[in-house]
Amino acid sequence: MLEKALTGSRRYWIWIFALLAITGIGFIFYLKQLSYGLGITGMSRDVSWGLYIGQFTFLVGVAASAVMVVLPYYLHNYKVFGKITILGEFLAVPSVVMCMLFIFADMGQPMRFMNIFLHPTPNSVMFWDAMVLGGYLLLNIVVGWAVLGAERKDVPPPNWVKPFIYLSIAWAPSIHIVTAFLYSGLPGRDFWLTAIMAVRFLASAFASGPSLIIILCLIVRRFTKFDPGREAIQALGKIVTYTMILNVLFLGFEFFTAFYSRIPGHMHTFEYLYYGIEGYGRLIPLMWTSAILAVFSLILLINPATRRNEKTLAMASAAVFMSLWIEKGFGLVVGGFIPNPFEKITEYWPTMPETVITIGVWAIGFLILTVLYKIAVSVREETVGIEVDR
Amino acid sequence: MSISRREFLKIAGASAIFGLGGMAIINEITDDIEASQFSPGPDALIAKRWAMVVDMRKFKTEEDYRKIIEACHSIHNVPDFGNPKDEIKWIWTDTFEHAFPGQEHEYMEEKLKRMPFVLLCNHCDNPPCVRVCPTKATFKRKDGIVMMDQHRCIGCRFCMAACPFGARSFNWRDPRGKDDKGRPFIKEENKEYPTRTKGVVEKCTLCFERLAKGLKPACVEASNGALIFGDLKEPNSEVRKVLSTNYTIRRKAELGTMPSVFYIIG
Ligand code: SF4
Ligand code: SF4
Ligand code: SF4
Repeated sequence: MLEKALTGSRRYWIWIFALLAITGIGFIFYLKQLSYGLGITGMSRDVSWGLYIGQFTFLVGVAASAVMVVLPYYLHNYKVFGKITILGEFLAVPSVVMCMLFIFADMGQPMRFMNIFLHPTPNSVMFWDAMVLGGYLLLNIVVGWAVLGAERKDVPPPNWVKPFIYLSIAWAPSIHIVTAFLYSGLPGRDFWLTAIMAVRFLASAFASGPSLIIILCLIVRRFTKFDPGREAIQALGKIVTYTMILNVLFLGFEFFTAFYSRIPGHMHTFEYLYYGIEGYGRLIPLMWTSAILAVFSLILLINPATRRNEKTLAMASAAVFMSLWIEKGFGLVVGGFIPNPFEKITEYWPTMPETVITIGVWAIGFLILTVLYKIAVSVREETVGIEVDR
Repeated sequence: MSISRREFLKIAGASAIFGLGGMAIINEITDDIEASQFSPGPDALIAKRWAMVVDMRKFKTEEDYRKIIEACHSIHNVPDFGNPKDEIKWIWTDTFEHAFPGQEHEYMEEKLKRMPFVLLCNHCDNPPCVRVCPTKATFKRKDGIVMMDQHRCIGCRFCMAACPFGARSFNWRDPRGKDDKGRPFIKEENKEYPTRTKGVVEKCTLCFERLAKGLKPACVEASNGALIFGDLKEPNSEVRKVLSTNYTIRRKAELGTMPSVFYIIG
């Protein structure tokens, strides 16, 4: 089926080459980082994780969110999602690949990557994270490929994939729960030390992922003959609405615990992020942008008229995605380190090389996404009008 | 250090059976494996549980602090990059409110508030840095020393996020290199102690290499009795005597990491 990615319009190829060029530039900067060391980034002794790990954390959520289309379809036989399950599954693949690349970019000794598997350490959450991520990637490639292959031949997917589909449904939340445990099990980092970290992660994942799928569906419909269906997009809109409400609520709960208890350690990071401490407040504009986008998206989503209108739904989805990208891809990780264990403040801001490498990884993600979607859409275009009963 | 396949299966099996509750057992198993590789020489200093007491009453001048920091950093080839962003330190000083956050109050004696406290890795009994390390590059020996295996560290910096004491440093750049003016980051290399590469984490290892030769840690030696070092499990040891006759505090005891560095304030 891969050959389907090799034929395309002029626009398709311009897009592909643009992404390749960005990837190339990112790679050149990565080589620079390899030779100089991670000192090329804005990270320091006090803020020892930054943009890379933030992106990883955010993208794990996007990867996990595929389950939001796969689950209703396979477990509840929700036929409307029939056309887009493949889009969900194929979104998971580049997301996990990007997660792995960000981890790789963040390692001081990337050549020793295999040490995680050579010296398996069951007491380290990171070991389990590597395991569940790898497993999830394989599951989605296998399932996506098998389902699409069957669709192309107009036959129901083979029976052997069914167990893998159910497994992937159970597996998806686990990748995000385990990632949340990376943070929520650390002593002395009060901002992360919260039992609702895992559910917060799930809520934000199930809001940001489906909102991206909505946008992708609209793009696919605009540029190809494949129509994911209005009803499917509307159903996704409802999912985003409820999960985003939960997400905002959970953040509110964290605020309550911190500020009603008035325990200094629990208040400090929130103060730093939203008001600034001792004149430090580099993240304030970002965090407020995130908050405003969240409110804006909720207004559009909760109001049925604007949710039903695809234009405003697209705006709401973009707002959700941006808001959560800031909150999880940046504020959550960086904030955890500020103030440091000595209650001193060291600020963090990504450097230019760090940003270019990050954009490069995103370009690889979009490249894989484009190729996979091209294949899926081409197969779909061929079988347009034929409904297969799976 | 390297664990055999069988041992891994044992660990994996144990973790599957006991789930998170089995963690303690796993720690036991890995402790044994890791401890076995060190065979101390005939004169080695041996203890069941090493500990240190910092007697702040004995620090009088800047020089007293400088001496012990210098002793450690010079023999261990700790680089000086000359900027806080890349900084690496094994032993250093900070004020009371930073060393013991949450314990200070507005009406405290000014002198105590401003007094520089000697800080280093606490060699915690229950070290979170060891718990989170995905490669066992940081591990705890039976005698309580929390060790670093720089050849195994992948530089993920999970341990830095986990250590609540800011005791770990990362080599953001090559410590063997030179600055713009051609000055090496390691001023005078001690050939007897390895240098590190970029991309790994490092910290105080309680001078395990000196203990193996029968010597006390370099900072203890340079401290003129202000740092007291010994076996916590030995009722007659000097540390135990000091601990039983003085009021001592530990950093962030409420976190349950059980630091093995104690402070006599005065
Ligand atoms: S002080 Fe930090 S680095 Fe040292 S043992 Fe405790 S947790 Fe680990
Ligand atoms: S940075 Fe090195 S020592 Fe620290 S957790 Fe990662 S592998 Fe272990
Ligand atoms: S015990 Fe040794 S390694 Fe640790 S601070 Fe003292 S001199 Fe340095």
